[in-house]
Amino acid sequence: MKNTWPLWEVFIRSKQGIHHKHVGSLHAPDEMVAIENARDVYTRRQEGVSIWVVESKNITASNPDDSDAFYEPARDKIYRHPTFYDLPDELKHI
Amino acid sequence: MKEADLEKKFQDKVDAEIRIEPRDWMPEKYRKTLIRQISQHAHSEIVGMLPEGNWISRAPSLKRKVGLIAKVQDEAGHGLYLYSAAETLGIDRDTMFQQLNSGKAKYSSIFNYPTISWADIGAIGWLVDGAAIMNQVPLCRCSYGPYARAMVRVCKEESFHQRQGFEILMTLMNGSQEQKDMAQNAIDRWWWPSMMMFGPTDDDSPNTVQSMKWKIKRYTNDELRQKFVDVCVDQAKVLGINLPDPDLKWNEERGHYDFGAINWDEFWNVVKGNGPCNKQRLKTRNEAYDNGAWVREAAMAYSEKRAARKAAGKVA
Repeated sequence: MKNTWPLWEVFIRSKQGIHHKHVGSLHAPDEMVAIENARDVYTRRQEGVSIWVVESKNITASNPDDSDAFYEPARDKIYRHPTFYDLPDELKHI
Repeated sequence: MKEADLEKKFQDKVDAEIRIEPRDWMPEKYRKTLIRQISQHAHSEIVGMLPEGNWISRAPSLKRKVGLIAKVQDEAGHGLYLYSAAETLGIDRDTMFQQLNSGKAKYSSIFNYPTISWADIGAIGWLVDGAAIMNQVPLCRCSYGPYARAMVRVCKEESFHQRQGFEILMTLMNGSQEQKDMAQNAIDRWWWPSMMMFGPTDDDSPNTVQSMKWKIKRYTNDELRQKFVDVCVDQAKVLGINLPDPDLKWNEERGHYDFGAINWDEFWNVVKGNGPCNKQRLKTRNEAYDNGAWVREAAMAYSEKRAARKAAGKVA
């Protein structure tokens, strides 16, 4: 039997103040059921205070096969890091 | 629930250090205060690119140039994080752009001062970013979740800005007499405006009490200014540079440095739009926005074209 319910990606906020984090996915016929199912699947031990669901087809992802070229521009830019700048040890609070 | 009950529940959460998130009920005044503060903060990042952008093409070495470009890029990014945080409160991006471009919105007055020598880039990194970090670190614990999270990113990225500034000044202070004079001259001009970055004194800052109660602010303007002075005096010694305040001296009793009177007339004059560069900054910002219109339109046209092609492909 073919499961025709769409796939939903589930994001959970573990507590107020923390951003939502992707935890997994599930199938559900619509967004309300997806939220309820996400509650039952992903927060059985009170892992969350807020749930977002996004239909998987609405997510555009970068291509992992392109990773080398895609992230290459940042590779040689060591001057974006604090340690690139040489400061005396006696300097405090910087 | 009644308004008063909602307000109590809200304040209880704030008092218990539970962050307020976009969908939570919040007092209208809290929302308005945050929209104003976060959008002004975003505008400051955007306008803050202008005084430094002035020196990218004239940086003294390739190392300094790439460092400065990276810093200005970060500021654009920080503006974006902050605009997004403000949008969670129900204001849209275009409205904020219009407020900035029309001159209705404020941004940090420090960016209305000119960058007339290369040493100014060092002074901005050390003092202006130093003051900004002093202000932003407590904002990582702001009661409003999206603002606090944006600040965590900003603070993490900004630590290199201040180090870069300090290194620029240190290089100048280890150089020729002319270079030392250039560095000293920059500090002479940037010290007092940096001190003003923390805003009016507590007596003259009527909104502070409410903002502290809501835990938007964690320290008063004067408390942050004092921390800044204490840190800078020691750092200035490492540099061998003079801070232009004859009244600056250690107060054993207070455990802090005393400092001289701030020229608040100058501060309010710049806030009101009469600083050395207010008009120039706004003009540059408006030109950038207007001259960039075709880019925004072209991007939209390209996206529509791709969508149309995709739709046609599906039909066929």
